[in-house]
Amino acid sequence: MTPPTTTASPAVDHGHVTVPAHGHAPHGGLSHFLSTYVFSKDHKVIGLQFLFSTLLWFLIGGLLALAVRWQVAWPWSPVPVLGKLFAQEGGQMAPEFYTMLFTMHATVMIFLVIIPILAGAFGNFLIPLMIGADDMAFPTLNMLSYWFMWPAFIAFGASFFVEGGAAAGGWTSYPPLSTNVASSPGSGWGQTLWLLGLTFVGVSSMLGSVNYMTTIILMRAPGMTMFRLPMTIWAMFITAVLQAFALPVLTAAGFMQLADRVFNTGFFSPEGLVVNNLTSGPGGGQPLLWQHLFWFYSHPAVYIMILPAMGMVSDILTCFARKPLFGYRPMVYSIAGIAGLGFIVWGHHMFMSGMNPALGITFMVSTMMIALPSAVKTFNWLGTLWGGRIQFTTSMLFAMSFVSMFIIGGLSGIFMAATPVDIFIHDTYFIVAHFHYVLFAGTAMGVWAAIYFWFPKMFGRTMNEFWGKVHFFLTFIFLNGTFFTMHILGAVGFPRRLADAYHYETFHHLQPMNAFMTWCAIGMVATQIIFAINFVWSMFRGPVAGRNPWNANGLEWTAPSPPGHGNFDYQPIVYRGPYEYSVPGADKDHLMQTDPPNAAAAAAAAAAH
Amino acid sequence: MGKRLAGMFWALVFLAVPVLGVATFAVAPSINVWLPKDVSEHGRQIDSLFYFILVLTGVVFVATEVLLFWFIWKYDAVKQQGPATYIQGSHTLEVVWTIIPAATLLFLAIYQMNAWADVKMRRPAMAPTVEVVARQFEWRLRYPGRDGTLGTADDLFLVNDLHLPIDEDVLIQLKSMDVLHSFFLPHVRIKQDAVPGMKIPVWFKAREEGAFDIVCAELCGWGHYKMKGRVTYESRAKFDAWLERKYAEQEATQPQSEAADVALVR
Repeated sequence: MTPPTTTASPAVDHGHVTVPAHGHAPHGGLSHFLSTYVFSKDHKVIGLQFLFSTLLWFLIGGLLALAVRWQVAWPWSPVPVLGKLFAQEGGQMAPEFYTMLFTMHATVMIFLVIIPILAGAFGNFLIPLMIGADDMAFPTLNMLSYWFMWPAFIAFGASFFVEGGAAAGGWTSYPPLSTNVASSPGSGWGQTLWLLGLTFVGVSSMLGSVNYMTTIILMRAPGMTMFRLPMTIWAMFITAVLQAFALPVLTAAGFMQLADRVFNTGFFSPEGLVVNNLTSGPGGGQPLLWQHLFWFYSHPAVYIMILPAMGMVSDILTCFARKPLFGYRPMVYSIAGIAGLGFIVWGHHMFMSGMNPALGITFMVSTMMIALPSAVKTFNWLGTLWGGRIQFTTSMLFAMSFVSMFIIGGLSGIFMAATPVDIFIHDTYFIVAHFHYVLFAGTAMGVWAAIYFWFPKMFGRTMNEFWGKVHFFLTFIFLNGTFFTMHILGAVGFPRRLADAYHYETFHHLQPMNAFMTWCAIGMVATQIIFAINFVWSMFRGPVAGRNPWNANGLEWTAPSPPGHGNFDYQPIVYRGPYEYSVPGADKDHLMQTDPPNAAAAAAAAAAH
Repeated sequence: MGKRLAGMFWALVFLAVPVLGVATFAVAPSINVWLPKDVSEHGRQIDSLFYFILVLTGVVFVATEVLLFWFIWKYDAVKQQGPATYIQGSHTLEVVWTIIPAATLLFLAIYQMNAWADVKMRRPAMAPTVEVVARQFEWRLRYPGRDGTLGTADDLFLVNDLHLPIDEDVLIQLKSMDVLHSFFLPHVRIKQDAVPGMKIPVWFKAREEGAFDIVCAELCGWGHYKMKGRVTYESRAKFDAWLERKYAEQEATQPQSEAADVALVR
């Protein structure tokens, strides 16, 4: 199983072997330390930098969510612990503070957690390893893609402390609320910093996406044809394409909004606005223009936020079911289908916006059809489990829960796609349930599966399985307690983004249910303490993993754990597809992608050594 | 044996998803966490489409989740003899599970179109019953005065207290003075964003008398949560009497010329 180590690739410079986490710099010196760990151009270090940064922001986003949940469950009651931080009226939150909380919860989770953890952390770490390259095509660009996140971190982070607080116009930032400074407290500096932060996240994503596309197209190992790529790489590739084509629109729209705010242009504001008794702006613009531009990016971005998780889950399911992926090519085509259709469905966010209702019909048809590739993927995942030999590792449990939860998130989307039904449930908790099932119960569970799965490759040690399973079980229970109930709340029409809805006759009886959900949310966040301890403890004290702890067959498992600078100690040559598990006639239950075609001969050759 | 029990346990955890999922939806109506009462003409169409999708997705949900449970239960490595089945896929299955959902989804889209057109596209040919102007954080109302025409000196101005006649079409002209709002009438299944710079028509027919909430459903600032109005549906006779009373009140409190000056966007 251990690959021959005698033929060292010339790419490996043994004087500068860098081992993340517990290596030490052989030559010492500050500049060496900085170039190895801080301004590193090694894709693995950059991937881990993204991972640590995004996990920290995940914690912040989670705490923001708890504060949101507190207000929804017990409006105007003093917030425990965190309440002292706001120091407003004895820990009680003001309504403008609440609007800021949910705006920043979504902003942090989407732009600083989900997008960078998928593409930034896992994309960076896995792409060269899984295609058999020694690094990315543009290492400097890669380093910059991480460091362009820092101005974003600072802009979003600092916005909490400016006058009026952070942005409070919703993560969708709809004008005129977001462009008109008089319209809300968070619409001062907070909103301007928000737009700057968004731009920097965009620059980072763009640098990453150019790099990923180039690397995947040009730097595959000999024999690694496109249709021998693991699903993770296909997903990262198509995600990069989506980023590259959709992002410029958002960046441009962001600058237009910035101009509306700073230079008093009127892209998004009509004439004659009277906000807070002040007339404003030259007008001549259209609020719906922003919505079109924003969703032209942000709907494809929804797929940017799920496709890589789908890819990683496909790889994990096959490994722990010890079976080839069911329908590899249909899986690739359906990712491509989702990406293609993803560009023509943005209008479904705007059914109630005042957009021409005839256009709503065309967007309904395209939106319904985008459910098709998702359905095909689900059926193929089920097909992958069928006839397998399932190993209940923590990673596998998270991966299977991704499938289970994605079914819910996928099906609930059909309600909103149906325009007449959307009239009632639009902007209610039904949609909140839907996107949390896709993004938390889907993507976040997929990310956990991936962390448990590739942790040994990252740090050379495996995470604790027992506590991993406790983490999985509690997260799974609490997430469903929190988010499933949101569906029926939405069926009452309970609107999102209200600081207090109980003064409405229609909604006054829903407080106990919201309190239940908040308790589950508290449990869900508390459970992550187990994960954090397991993660840090295992980095230093976990059992040493070896090259291939899961008996998986991708190229990354032929490299040392953790791989040194240059990744492979020999040039991998690829002879077969990525999912050769349980091949009849083979003498072991999996064949590595590097195993030559005649497995029996290869085994004999290995025995002769 | 212990390992087999672990596998069974995890399979049952996954089985809990469809069981508790269906149970939640089954119990919801009886604890009053469900669609609020509908008093409109078109609402039953929307509700029945909701139920239709609920049944359809419910069947798919149960089938796929139970299948997932069953595979997890059955294909536990501990329980299996011999290696996993080596199969790369099935062209026939792929075709089947592409065409059936595609046809279903396309049908679903086409099946919705008529209801959508009724609510948003087939506007009744009539003059507006009332103009609703959204503003941070209230609903300003403007009824055509005795002359039946909006924008004349005798218009009636009110705030947050909308009255509408039942058993006839009403046409609302929806505008916004400042930011986006959304005019949400849960009990007649109506929702429409109010957009500054646009006049958006909203129409429906109420069938029953009663007073209900008007909710703002699009984030409009710090006071979004309190942008509450009331709508009262009443018979034509009561509605006319109410209008008459309000005209009289307005005329008693201010001269007509001042009434017309009340700040409203045109």
